[in-house]
Amino acid sequence: MTAEDIKAGGRPVGRVRFMDAQRVNLDGFAVEDAELGLVAMRSPYDPEPGLVIRDGRVTEMDGVPEDGFDSLDAYIARHGIDLTVAEEAMSLPDVEFARRMVSPDVPRSEIIRLSAGATPAKLARVLALLRPPELGQAMTKMRARRTPSNQAHVTNRLDDPLLLAADSATAAAFGFREVETTVPVLADAPSNAVACLIGAAVGAQGVLIQCSVEEALELELGMRGLTSYAETISLYGTEQVFTDGDDTPWSKAFLTSAYASRGMKMRVSSGAGAEVLMAGAERKSMLYLESRCVALARAIGAQGVQNGGIDGASVAASVPSGLRELMSENLMAMTRNLESCSGNDALMSESDMRRTSRTLPIVLAGSDFMFSGFGSIQRYDNMFGPSNFNAEDIDDFLAMQRDWGVDGGLRTVPEDRIAELRREAAQLCRAVYQHLGLADFTDEHVERAVDAAGSKDLGETDTLAVVAAAHAIRDGGITVVDVVAALDETGYESVAERILVMTAARLAGDYLQTSAIFDEELRVLSLVTDPNDYAGPGTGFEPGPQRQAEIDAIRQARGVADLRAEQAASAVPLLAVAAPAGSGAAAGDPGREAAANPGREAAPGQDPREVVIGVSPAVGRDVWRCLSGMPVTDVLAELLAGLEEEGCTGRVVRFNDTVDLGRIGLAAARLAGSGIGIGLQGKGTALIHRRDLAPLANLELYSVAPAVTAELYRLLGANAARHAKGGTPDPARNPYTDEAIEARYHTTVIALMALERAWVKPGAPPEELSLEGLR
Amino acid sequence: MTEVRALSGRPVEELTLEAVRQGEIGLEDLRIHPETLERQATIAEQHENPQLAENLRRAAELTRLSDDEVLAIYAALRPGRATLAELTALAESLADRGLPRCAALVAEAAEVYARRGLSA
Repeated sequence: MTAEDIKAGGRPVGRVRFMDAQRVNLDGFAVEDAELGLVAMRSPYDPEPGLVIRDGRVTEMDGVPEDGFDSLDAYIARHGIDLTVAEEAMSLPDVEFARRMVSPDVPRSEIIRLSAGATPAKLARVLALLRPPELGQAMTKMRARRTPSNQAHVTNRLDDPLLLAADSATAAAFGFREVETTVPVLADAPSNAVACLIGAAVGAQGVLIQCSVEEALELELGMRGLTSYAETISLYGTEQVFTDGDDTPWSKAFLTSAYASRGMKMRVSSGAGAEVLMAGAERKSMLYLESRCVALARAIGAQGVQNGGIDGASVAASVPSGLRELMSENLMAMTRNLESCSGNDALMSESDMRRTSRTLPIVLAGSDFMFSGFGSIQRYDNMFGPSNFNAEDIDDFLAMQRDWGVDGGLRTVPEDRIAELRREAAQLCRAVYQHLGLADFTDEHVERAVDAAGSKDLGETDTLAVVAAAHAIRDGGITVVDVVAALDETGYESVAERILVMTAARLAGDYLQTSAIFDEELRVLSLVTDPNDYAGPGTGFEPGPQRQAEIDAIRQARGVADLRAEQAASAVPLLAVAAPAGSGAAAGDPGREAAANPGREAAPGQDPREVVIGVSPAVGRDVWRCLSGMPVTDVLAELLAGLEEEGCTGRVVRFNDTVDLGRIGLAAARLAGSGIGIGLQGKGTALIHRRDLAPLANLELYSVAPAVTAELYRLLGANAARHAKGGTPDPARNPYTDEAIEARYHTTVIALMALERAWVKPGAPPEELSLEGLR
Repeated sequence: MTEVRALSGRPVEELTLEAVRQGEIGLEDLRIHPETLERQATIAEQHENPQLAENLRRAAELTRLSDDEVLAIYAALRPGRATLAELTALAESLADRGLPRCAALVAEAAEVYARRGLSA
């Protein structure tokens, strides 16, 4: 293609086409535009902070006089500002306020006190000054509960109760302390609540359940004890959008009390982007509008806020500093002394890097809930829409916790335990549905739900049966007591007891306090019982030794003992030490026994066509399989076959005084009649050496052991033979891979080398190994 | 620790599997008691959140209303549902029934709704 072609076609050059094809370019990026509210941290139209108090009454707030207050201003001005501290807070310079927020020397309580007197515009200004690491520092200090936690989404496309129960049990076992479900079909809601309730109780004690549907139904499910908290009570930052949402601050305040009156924990929901999407941002920044929401949340008496974008997260993510704005929202809730349920619940990018970049700082800083819904099910089953992290990412998240040594609220569950819990949950759910006359499910359905990675694995199900069950629950006035009785009567007393005890624990009301969760011993952890006491290094939350061990022990971790066992399982009765010449003994048992009975010490060869293959000390003892997965004996067979193809012969000699491949190869060459040796480490790294070279020089090297194939080993053998004959070898190219080969194999290499090193005996002579059975 | 009772007056310790088997447990035995909410309100106040305390005290009042009544008041407070007169009457009836905090909330709503065009 010529320069003219490129210009004429308007086609970008290959480098740009290649960049265009990357997944990040599926995302939308918006030009900042204050007119549309597409501005994260500060709009030129945001008001100047200000507060005028006359006779104990706010007469002007953030530039608006009292008679111009909209309904949000009016509610905040009357109920949301602590007038005893307002003058001090408002006159504190923004930078000084921001510094105190970050400084470990200023206690959390002092920031809580000051923030209570700050107007929405003031707090937005202050938070906009914090840079990302400062946001993290402030979050670590300001969150209400000392112990961080996490929330899961549990839903599926079919509202299948058995799968919901199995997945809810799985989520509880992974450590999620809140399970939030919702429905693709509204009428199914009562069934989802019951299924998740049963499943979570099987998985762990004390998990709170939410069924996110319209308010009246949600309240009804809560009143019957089938759910225990609510969080989709939406607030918006402008009066217009608030009213479009069919509520006012007073209706929401009343609803907040209604939930509490039925003993339900509740938090409100807000976050950037909602107003922009409704074309109602009134040219204000996302942070300022959210500051109004959070001030209102506090004013109406909610104990916490789910924010950080939520449904509008990708709107915030489309503008400059959008992710910073999302994190600032969470911190804002914390500074207003509220629980933070920190978003991360909407997939905000097609790019794995961007969505990790969005979530990681919050996981590192620690929040009351890192996610207001980690999709514990697969993306396609997430009826809230895919979360920023989903079942696809659970192992990634567990690794991230471990990498940084932080508690993200999750833990590894052994695979047999997962199977056991899923089976129990599905069986119990079926038993309850049958006992209460809600629905009958087959054994096969139970088995499919147990094994399913998602609802697509269930095959055909009867979705009408779910609707009918849900109707029966709603119309029949089924309560948590009926569920408990059904479990008891069908023989599942312990789970019945677990749900009943939890229901009773709720009556104490302790879990209505800020940031409350139950732990697995049903102790309430909250602002009151588990207050955050972070004051710099050496203070605040640290996982205890047991929890740290849980975080560290991911199922993929391997030690030398694991590797030794794996290698032992691959052992074959070959490669015995060759019997002393003339003894007539055949190859016997490999391993330690042979080593204890010294065999034939390898002697120099005389045949000019002889090549010696030197192997490392653990070969034929503890190491039997290379990194590529090939048995070491197969590798040796290929090398020998390659030598033979070129008319040479081979001997296999084990060197016992070094693990260094260069030295093994050189020593092999010095024993060989031809002066050419092949060195082979048990892990599969191989080279060709010549007797007159320095140890670190060599003729050919296969350094990428995991990628070496049988064909390449044969070629190495043939090339060694060509060197021996003085011919021209056909050098092999090292196989290339763009995979994270080192990440995959380095731990194994370290363990393999430890096995090799254990057999090293300084000064021990090389020994010849039997070729019996190799060909 | 004060004894925890359900709305029915039943002590929480009596919420046992045996009681469930005897068919003794009803919805009122699962509902929170207003005294519990009052106690939690005091705790919220002590932890720098007077607004949460106020909410819990409003909630304590609402334990006396049926679910339908609660939902009806919520409906009346949504924008454009009730006239100023209706809201004022609602506030008065709540006050008369001994729910002063809820009454004050509705009365304040009536005032602001009238000014902001949020009443019917």
